[in-house]
Amino acid sequence: MDIVSVLYEIPIIGLVFQLIGYLITIFPTIAPIVMQAAVPIAFAALCGVMCERAGVVNIGIEGTMLVAAFVGWAAGVYLLPVLGSQPALAFGVTPSLLVALGLAVLSGMVVALVHAWLSISVRADQIISGTIINIAAFGITGYLNALISRTSPTSAGRFTSFTPPEWLTSLPLVGWLVNTLIAQGPMVISLLVIVVVFQIMLFRSRWGLRVRAVGEHPRAAETVGIDVIRVRYRNVLIGGALAALGGAYLSMELSQSFQTGMTVGRGFIGLAAMIVGRWTPLGAFGAALLFASSVGIGQSIRIAPPPGDLGSLLGALPGQFFDALPYLITIVILAGVIGRSIPPAADGQPYERESAT
Amino acid sequence: MRARLRRLWTVIALPVLSIVLAALVGAVVMIFSEFLVRGQISILLPVNAYVALISGSIGSPNAIINTLVNATPLILGGLAVGLAFKAGLFNIGAQGQFLMGALVSVAVATQFRTFEPGFIGLLVALAAGTLAGAAYGFIPGVLKAVSGAHEVVTTIMLNFIAISIVAAAVSTVLDVPGSPSPITLDVGTAALPVLIGRNGHIGILIALAMAAVISWLLFKTTWGYELRTAGANPEAARYAGMSPRSIIVAAMSMAGGLAGMAGAIEVLGVTHHMTSSYGTTVGFDSIAVALLGRTNPLGIVLAALLFGGMRAGAVAMQINAGVPAELVGVLQATILFFIVASSVVRRIFRLRAVGPGLDEATTITRTYGGEVKA
Repeated sequence: MDIVSVLYEIPIIGLVFQLIGYLITIFPTIAPIVMQAAVPIAFAALCGVMCERAGVVNIGIEGTMLVAAFVGWAAGVYLLPVLGSQPALAFGVTPSLLVALGLAVLSGMVVALVHAWLSISVRADQIISGTIINIAAFGITGYLNALISRTSPTSAGRFTSFTPPEWLTSLPLVGWLVNTLIAQGPMVISLLVIVVVFQIMLFRSRWGLRVRAVGEHPRAAETVGIDVIRVRYRNVLIGGALAALGGAYLSMELSQSFQTGMTVGRGFIGLAAMIVGRWTPLGAFGAALLFASSVGIGQSIRIAPPPGDLGSLLGALPGQFFDALPYLITIVILAGVIGRSIPPAADGQPYERESAT
Repeated sequence: MRARLRRLWTVIALPVLSIVLAALVGAVVMIFSEFLVRGQISILLPVNAYVALISGSIGSPNAIINTLVNATPLILGGLAVGLAFKAGLFNIGAQGQFLMGALVSVAVATQFRTFEPGFIGLLVALAAGTLAGAAYGFIPGVLKAVSGAHEVVTTIMLNFIAISIVAAAVSTVLDVPGSPSPITLDVGTAALPVLIGRNGHIGILIALAMAAVISWLLFKTTWGYELRTAGANPEAARYAGMSPRSIIVAAMSMAGGLAGMAGAIEVLGVTHHMTSSYGTTVGFDSIAVALLGRTNPLGIVLAALLFGGMRAGAVAMQINAGVPAELVGVLQATILFFIVASSVVRRIFRLRAVGPGLDEATTITRTYGGEVKA
């Protein structure tokens, strides 16, 4: 403890040590919450990676998530009386929840199909297409939610988190990891798998090579026999399914209800996480964790501020600073001040097939 | 005369058809959702809803005033997005620029809240809000010109930063001491004067004047010509000795100023104060307005009147026909959808294309990955 207090006393630099010390103390408590906050952002970012690696810009992620969040919740509500609610083996899975999740993913893919059709087949501006999806999603989910809430529906419940045996969670470091990663709902756990699988697929498989070729140089890709249009459609649809999981997570695992506009910009933070994570699944996940911790640390400072100089310094910052920090980081990185992040070369460009054959 | 009518039709056919198609889609949505939720089919529901919507937007003097009040920020926001479109830029940041304009103008106006004569405080607050918006548009302009950071991404980020800035400012320095939740003082004498009815402030006149000014700037000045050239063909603009970088910065700043003015007019004319969770959909609605108006100032005014009318009538639709006001968002998005899928709509209805209109906009994401050459 003596060395620590000596380090803390150094003027100015001591503040850094105090901050590190504070982060170490609060981390075990906020880690599971940060993980949960990162999940929808990470799914949104994965959707962005899938689309943009194939050369399609998707700013309609927010709308896609909103639609899936609504469909997952509403389908659960309507299927509950039909399919019953016998609890299954784990995670509080009921038949109605499972079917509802399937429908949510399907709805996300339908929204993605609209975006794919407008931006790939019609060759409309991809940003405009995304904007339309966002406006439409906010409108239709708000409209239907207002209609349904008049009937005061009963909720279909939600996916519950896994409770690991106590001997495991009480282990020193392992227990902490288990609490953060495994003692979560099924979607958090599946996110971890999805991130790793897509990272390997994108950079170590034939499929990934083709996708990246389409995103970097579609003309060359077509020359070697890759169907650019098909690859783009498929990737946007996969992206839609991923964004849908992020949306469904909000209304089916994190909570068990839907509120109008409940995604509150997570789709856009996902876009930022994709950029900061340099268009890779692992990087995007890391950035999502970073962004979520920024908000988590902000909240923690509000509730239990650190003692001493650091406390008075951080206390003087408005709480909103930590909400805005992810966006500031993204702008700084985009501006190329630290670590330039470069999108795929053909990102956002509609592709016109060579008229031959 | 006939040739003129035909020319007029080729210009307005697509917007008119899109509106009609969107109304049909809206009717289907209403009938279908009513069936899903209540289990009954009522063909009359869409008719009732649209009658309520229209009478709530133009059915009475009060309704018309509401439409104009709702259209005011959309005209300015639409101009902010449209002007950037003309320069080949996609300004998604109207939202953030609007918020910064509103925040700064409310901060200034509350200082002048008891100052007489009131118009001095009003002018200062209006100018401050406009400048704040311009500054907030200047940032993505410079970022794009200097480092090639695409304005779509930077403005999205800046939109969220603006929300945080508003929340932080209203809950700290601008907060009225002792108020239960964060709220600023009332703007008092610095409010925009009411011209007609209970709430018909003079903002609409300012907005229309700005539309005329922007139209003149774009089509009658050298600067406007350069801006349009840089937007349509940056390569050609460079060959002709224009500087795309300075045009980008100027266009984004001006766009920001217009959106900031919209925010200033909204707080000085409608709300008269701000809360920490001050929310608006003006930013994204402005994109819709600019696209429906084919990025042209006159078209933007008409589109803003249409959308403003829909927003004004939505309340009446909810009360009188029991259809949630959010349906208006669905209608607006559907109109846009048909506009964007114009090539398909044209093929179905055998319409002729009218030169470069929206097609200009299709070039905008092309620079997404690239840098600005200068």
